[in-house]
Amino acid sequence: MWGIALIVFREVLEAALIISIVMIASRGAHHRGRWVFGGVLLGLLGSLLLALMADRLAQALEGVGQELFSASVLMIAVGMLTWHSVSMQQHGREMARDMKQLGREVLEGQRSLHGLALVVGLAVLREGSELILFLYGLVSAEEGGLMDLLGGGGLGLLLGALVGLVLYFGLAKIPLKYFFSVTSLLILFLTAGLAAQAAAFLVEADWLPPLGQGIWDTSGWLPEKSLPGQILHALVGYVDHPDGIEVVFYLGTLLLSHLLMRMVAHSSPPAPGHKAP
Amino acid sequence: MSSLRFTLSFLFLALFGMPLLMAADGPTLVIRNHLFEPEEVMAPAGQKFKLVVRNEDATPEEFESKTLKREKVVQGHSEIVINLGPLVAGTYDFVGEFHEATAKGRLVVR
Repeated sequence: MWGIALIVFREVLEAALIISIVMIASRGAHHRGRWVFGGVLLGLLGSLLLALMADRLAQALEGVGQELFSASVLMIAVGMLTWHSVSMQQHGREMARDMKQLGREVLEGQRSLHGLALVVGLAVLREGSELILFLYGLVSAEEGGLMDLLGGGGLGLLLGALVGLVLYFGLAKIPLKYFFSVTSLLILFLTAGLAAQAAAFLVEADWLPPLGQGIWDTSGWLPEKSLPGQILHALVGYVDHPDGIEVVFYLGTLLLSHLLMRMVAHSSPPAPGHKAP
Repeated sequence: MSSLRFTLSFLFLALFGMPLLMAADGPTLVIRNHLFEPEEVMAPAGQKFKLVVRNEDATPEEFESKTLKREKVVQGHSEIVINLGPLVAGTYDFVGEFHEATAKGRLVVR
């Protein structure tokens, strides 16, 4: 049962952390719960479909269909999150002085909420199909009893959700003054981490050169598979021995987002007379 | 499915249009009764190769290696190809994550 719980926990953790960040970043937006829940549901549905056609996907594109699919999913999430960061920045400067800060920020958040819901869905999709395959394997092999399966699965899910909740309520405690800077930084690093993961998948597919293997190796004192390592991996993209290309994608994404955000912040004050709906 | 496949491959070729270097055929691993056969496979150092993992069990397995940086699900009665290398000489451990207690093996590169 513990073995099952551990694997379920590992698969659930990353999605749980991403859901927490999305929930906190869209705090105050109307119906965000509904959107995020919808994203989770859509992700689960997609996982089921993906699990059903996993074999065909694995054989596709000369055996690297799975890697290319994962890379695509990650890059879509990167796009959505970058869009969110940039749209949050759009009125950032006035907002800093504006007493109605929260209200304005919320409106902006509302616009990219759909994108964020999609990010949640894609996060669930990535981990969900593997989880379904794993659980399906257990059921079909009748390894261990049904109680083990339900107990282990439930426990793993619960623990993953718990870590997500701890992060959510921890972030919710941040004073409003720093709140938006902290959440936008979190989103920024999350985005960079996902881009680096996409790069890793493209290396696995042999579509990108690794540009050096193991640029550093910190697996000795903070293994990526340990709990803190996994949490850091999900949050800021920690990798214990990255390829060069992962570092390039990571820094490149940070730089690109930064440039886009600066461009938007400097160039386009909202048109006079134009009021947000 | 095929149009999706086409779109995906087109997208990636357009984005990363670079020659796909052909890799040499590498060793084959067989999963049977949640064990890897053979437990130890060899591969040449300093060149690309493809590791084939064939799952003869009815249940899915996930090939996972921290040192090789690979994680890939292989369905029951199915096989996958894992692109590897060029690797430096050494021993790389791997497991079947869904049956980590029994499914262990290593890749010896030299």
